[in-house]
Amino acid sequence: MGEPRLPGTYLKEKEMYQLPGIVEHRPDAKYSFSAGQAVSRFLEGLKQGRILGKRCPRCGRVYVPPRSYCEYCFAPTAEWVEVSGEGEVNTAVVSYISTFRERLEEPEIIAVIRLYAPGYTGKKDEYEFPGIFHKLCGVKPEDVMSGRVIGMRVRPRWKPPERRVGSITDIECFEPVEG
Amino acid sequence: MVARPNIHVKSKVAIVGAGLTLFRRRMLETPRELAWEAARMALEQAGLTLRDIDCVVVGSAPDAFDGVHMKGEYLADGAGGIGRPTVRVFVGGGTGVFVPIAAWWHVASGLCRSVLAVAEEKMSPAHPHPQGVFAYIWDPILERPLGPNLIWIFALEMRRYMYKCNVPKETIAKVSVKNKRNALDHPAAQAAAKITVEDVLKSEVLVWPVQRLDISPVSDGAAALVMVNENEARRVTDSPVWVEGVGWTLDNTHWYNRELAYPRYVNYAARMAYKMAGIERPWKEIDVAEPYDPFDYKELHHIEGLMLARRCEAPKLLEEGWFDRDGELPTSPSGGLLGVGNPIAAAGLMKVAEIFWQLRYEAGARQVKKPVHKGVAQAWGDLMQAATVVVLGV
Amino acid sequence: MRVALVSMGWSGFRPSVEELSFREMMFEAAMRAYEQAGIDPRRDVDAFISCQEDFWEGIAITDEFAPEPIGGVLRPTLTVAGEFLQGLAQAYMMVKTGYFDVVVVESHAKPSDVESMRGVFEMAFDPLYLRPLKAPNPHFLAGLMASAFMARSGVDREHLAMVAVKNKSNGLYNPRASHSARITLSDVLDSEPVVDPLTRYEIAPFSDAAVVAVVASEEAARRLTDTPVWIDGVGWSTEAGTGSMAWHDLGSMPSMRMAATMAASMAGISSIMRDTSFAEVEDRYSFAELMAAEEALTGDALEAARMLENGDFDRDGYYPVNPSGGSLAMGVAFEATGGARLLEAYLRLLGGGEEVEAGAERALVLSWRGIPTRTSMAVILSL
Repeated sequence: MGEPRLPGTYLKEKEMYQLPGIVEHRPDAKYSFSAGQAVSRFLEGLKQGRILGKRCPRCGRVYVPPRSYCEYCFAPTAEWVEVSGEGEVNTAVVSYISTFRERLEEPEIIAVIRLYAPGYTGKKDEYEFPGIFHKLCGVKPEDVMSGRVIGMRVRPRWKPPERRVGSITDIECFEPVEG
Repeated sequence: MVARPNIHVKSKVAIVGAGLTLFRRRMLETPRELAWEAARMALEQAGLTLRDIDCVVVGSAPDAFDGVHMKGEYLADGAGGIGRPTVRVFVGGGTGVFVPIAAWWHVASGLCRSVLAVAEEKMSPAHPHPQGVFAYIWDPILERPLGPNLIWIFALEMRRYMYKCNVPKETIAKVSVKNKRNALDHPAAQAAAKITVEDVLKSEVLVWPVQRLDISPVSDGAAALVMVNENEARRVTDSPVWVEGVGWTLDNTHWYNRELAYPRYVNYAARMAYKMAGIERPWKEIDVAEPYDPFDYKELHHIEGLMLARRCEAPKLLEEGWFDRDGELPTSPSGGLLGVGNPIAAAGLMKVAEIFWQLRYEAGARQVKKPVHKGVAQAWGDLMQAATVVVLGV
Repeated sequence: MRVALVSMGWSGFRPSVEELSFREMMFEAAMRAYEQAGIDPRRDVDAFISCQEDFWEGIAITDEFAPEPIGGVLRPTLTVAGEFLQGLAQAYMMVKTGYFDVVVVESHAKPSDVESMRGVFEMAFDPLYLRPLKAPNPHFLAGLMASAFMARSGVDREHLAMVAVKNKSNGLYNPRASHSARITLSDVLDSEPVVDPLTRYEIAPFSDAAVVAVVASEEAARRLTDTPVWIDGVGWSTEAGTGSMAWHDLGSMPSMRMAATMAASMAGISSIMRDTSFAEVEDRYSFAELMAAEEALTGDALEAARMLENGDFDRDGYYPVNPSGGSLAMGVAFEATGGARLLEAYLRLLGGGEEVEAGAERALVLSWRGIPTRTSMAVILSL
């Protein structure tokens, strides 16, 4: 590269906020998302304490969370299936920070749960699987670090029915299945 | 899949100039000014002026960073797009390497003789912290209510990779050590440093297994390339670098419904690019690589996706020094995102620029030891979905 | 090698499609397009292009949601952060490289999901010069443009109203035009301006919609359909950055002319007006149609106004302009707006559907990305 001195002027944090004419703008961007056919019914199911998925009539893949169409066959999914909610931890981590990168007082354990689904082979090395992204409770950070939680059998811990609103947070977390 | 080598392509496409601004945490220049600085430098290196440019391709990652909606329109003047066919393409974090791919078809179609490909990112305007911007990348209904942090998904992927390939954190940390060291020779570098594996392991734990020094920094910056057709290339330079293959792939949105230990989308994109370039054994035929490294484990992950190592083999080769600047297959000789910095789209384009400079033996202190004829640059983006690959040759 | 439109599909075109998510709308539009072309997107399509912008969607990196609903998973899928017609131009070039045979272009809009439209528009304004003004209505820019256009060209206030009357009634023949109405000139002129001089009849409302086009090389097109519609030329141009609006002449739109000229020269035609039989052009504001007619067709705004007044631009006129009803009747569907213009021109050329007469052979499609941009796109189609 020809020029050793590249263009650009570095600012320290203090300098940036002291610049003359700096414009502060707080975005006013609000949205109300339509969940659509498949996800609406999924959220309804959560409210009733059930986890619903859809099956592709062509390839037999079970989608949890459900989609209206199979992304691999490009065909509409037809049949609804209910899964027990039990599954295995696929991967898990320990979060010490919030969305906005503030330090959390109590670390959270986040995981991908591979769900058991009827009619699904559940073979260990399948690239695709029905699954949910959620929090884990009842396990310690050390279990995550040692790898003990990977493959652990877990099930959803539901909020009491009166506190469910039809959201993914109607499931408080996934907890280990005893025994 | 398209299955033809590029002999069917109408016009060969060459890179003849590259430009780069400093990468820094906060810059005085506005996004438009950063784009202009990089574009001007690329034109200068090509010995051309804006008058010689037919079309412009702009790349920039999420609008929320600069805090500007329709960012392509906002950057258009700085990127030299005024009065020209100008378009902004976008594939999340993969955008930086995608800009030259879009520029490639502008030229290869015969529609444009010369294209200015510009990528810019300014992450500093968002506060309290740019990570907050990532709150909006999640599925608004199924993921956002959990209050996710961007690092979660990478940590989940890294954990899965460590589990499947049985890789200790100590090994992964060596990528960070290597890239930050390589960056000491890069004039744009923001995070160059002589660090040790212990430094990485002792740094702040954010989302275990991800620690502070496993991650590339937040940056402002811009990069640009001048790309032309064969006639134009022969006219302006004796050492054009040819775009021999391009490839890109987008996997499904539902990242938690698939195996994260292996990036199949990178593999698909790489196969597309290699096929076009007529490369059958990339691990032998590629001399130098710039795999995307926003996190240290990502470089290993992507090396495997690019078929530069077998599955789960990259950590072992890393330990042997295979990927060092004087190794068998140097990766991220620039210092990568971990060392040079990560103004998202600009960082991807910086990787393509590095391969361009390496193949022209213009990388100075960063020049790899072995002779180089072919190189590959790759970026990745979205929710573990997007892969963009460019193969360059001389 | 020529490039063709093999089929087009759509979904929505209603003020609010509550029952479907944007993804399901994309799927519906894509299904229709693939069914007509008789293709399986998982096998027969070489690349997919989705045209969308983050802030319209309310999702940073909306690219994440592009592949699944259009069949683009694990395939070369990309996002153009721009208009449908810019995406079409990319598809055109990709096919022209000789490397891609079939490329799909998609765009969708769900404005009914956006609760703070003013705030979203404001994010597109230059943060240093325009945002601090805190304009109560983003359409103020269009008002300024309309006034500057009239002042420069001498076109009358009534002419702007005539565009609204024509397009709102044209829409009555179009099942996709939810905002149609039989209105009179005095309805328009007597109503309170929203942003002087534009009244609510002259500012197109929003619609939820999705549009999908299947683009193919000549060889592939002939294999897939008996009725390819040829893309004879494409053009796109940006005349100013949104950061420099404050210094820009608002009374004309050279980017429309540049885009149209580029498309026409590619198509090998010297006079668009003479060599095409109708046009679907930008009309998200009444004045925009006259501006488009001036820049792309007549070269003179007064001539365009005279033709409009004479009824030449009517559905059954000498040179129909927006026979579909345009955006004033169909609504603005964010980046799919140009796609709607293309869809209507495509259907009219094919003479498909009871509402469309056959007979036209060549058409101009022209769109603008709307405020605050200065980017326009043009396409010349032929049968």
